[in-house]
Amino acid sequence: MIELKNINVIFNKGTQLENKVLKNINLNVTESEFVTIIGGNGAGKSTLMNVLSGDINPDKGQILIDQKNITQLSIEERSGMVARVFQDPMMGTFSGLSIEENMSIAYKRGHTRRLKHSLNDQLRDKFCEALSELDMGLENRLKDEVSSLSGGQRQALSLIMTTLQDSKILLLDEQPAALDPKIAKVIMNITEKIIRKHHLTALMITHSMTQVLEYGDRTIMMYHGEIVRDIHGKKRNTLSPEDLIKYFDL
Amino acid sequence: MNILQFLGTIEIGLIYALVAIGVYITFRIIDFPDLTVDGSFTSGAAVATVMIASGYNPWIATIIAIITGSFAGMVTGYLNVKWDILGLLAGILTMTALYSINLRIMQRPNIAIMNEPTIFLSENIISISFIIVIITTILLTQFFSSEYGLAVRGIGINPKVSKSYGIKVGKMKIIALMLSNAIVALAGALFAQSQGFADISMGNGTIIIGLASVIIGETIFLNPKKILPALISCITGSILYRIAIAFALNAHGIGLEVYDLNLITAIIVAITMILPKLKKNWSAK
Repeated sequence: MIELKNINVIFNKGTQLENKVLKNINLNVTESEFVTIIGGNGAGKSTLMNVLSGDINPDKGQILIDQKNITQLSIEERSGMVARVFQDPMMGTFSGLSIEENMSIAYKRGHTRRLKHSLNDQLRDKFCEALSELDMGLENRLKDEVSSLSGGQRQALSLIMTTLQDSKILLLDEQPAALDPKIAKVIMNITEKIIRKHHLTALMITHSMTQVLEYGDRTIMMYHGEIVRDIHGKKRNTLSPEDLIKYFDL
Repeated sequence: MNILQFLGTIEIGLIYALVAIGVYITFRIIDFPDLTVDGSFTSGAAVATVMIASGYNPWIATIIAIITGSFAGMVTGYLNVKWDILGLLAGILTMTALYSINLRIMQRPNIAIMNEPTIFLSENIISISFIIVIITTILLTQFFSSEYGLAVRGIGINPKVSKSYGIKVGKMKIIALMLSNAIVALAGALFAQSQGFADISMGNGTIIIGLASVIIGETIFLNPKKILPALISCITGSILYRIAIAFALNAHGIGLEVYDLNLITAIIVAITMILPKLKKNWSAK
């Protein structure tokens, strides 16, 4: 279980530009829950993600994962628990390395890296199996450089890479924002499939009113650094994107 | 150019191939423009010659030279990683400090070891250098294919994602800088032993020579990304660079002298960097 307790983030603290980006955020995410987050620009969605990943240290408050306080841990130190798929398909992978090398780096997330060879046939089988979930034929291209893949393929690969090791939470930054709508849809479906199959606890930012309700099982709406709506269960199932838009007229 | 000159060219090309490999590790693999090498090359030469002149086994002297180089790299890395000093400046700081340190080690601007035993028994400089370059290449290929080495390559390509996969970017940077400067110091130690002397200014321009070799190799091998082809391209680049220089200096008609070396090198580097852009501009028209 992921718990955010009274999280406060202030940018430019003590200056005229002081900006309370997150105000007293309290949030509990239970295991295998898939939460979608929506909100306008400056609502604090990305900051919330960055607090969970360790990119930003909160000025106040605690982050607990399975009762363990991880608030002070660096990005690297919490990487064994927190996996992240970046928004830009060019950002989530290592472009100069081959698919199998990318996966080998990802495979060691949360584990000590040693001087032993980073690849072997057993690992390659494992990678092939993981890639075949995508149905993109990438399992036959293990030795290809990632820079030769399309944006959608890279995005799918970076998703698979995060699933090679267990994590307590998967962060998805406005994932398919940089892709064309058709591929974005494919990627979203794969994302949902993989999250369900591996019973992952996931948090996803999106800008799309339909996506935010279509995927996941709980939706959080943010506005000016606060969680203003927390929609789940029956209420969420009957909610339409139009209703959701009304919520924006605060 | 006669055969003796040609062999001498290959010999220096092989030794400087190590410089090219060192420069490749920093400039290309971790994307860190490291100028420490101008100092660490001399350090390697200084440590090796001083120890050999005091009667130490030349192999042990060479190993100590390598370790000295790695320390120089560690200082640059520490300044950059821990104190956030710009990489370029961190390298210049270490290089500047090394000038004095090298003088301290040598006690005078140059030392001759003409009559001491070196790792090059009699006339086989080329074969021993060749073996050392091959061993270095094999070890580095192994290292950069390991879990650890892959992480080092990762930080040069995508530091942000590296962190999210638990790679300690700062630590990896320092490791790569140590490795690079250790190899460059090895080159310095070999060069001093092959020439029979060490000189305080022998490292001047090392960075630009290394870079020229890397770029020439990349131009010929079409920017290899895999580690073994990339290292081979560094070695080839270094040898070709020396041959080009030898030809330029031998063409008496042009009137170039040995002291024009750095000018020619800078021009070669500039041209090889400008050419791809010119090509792009032309094809765009």
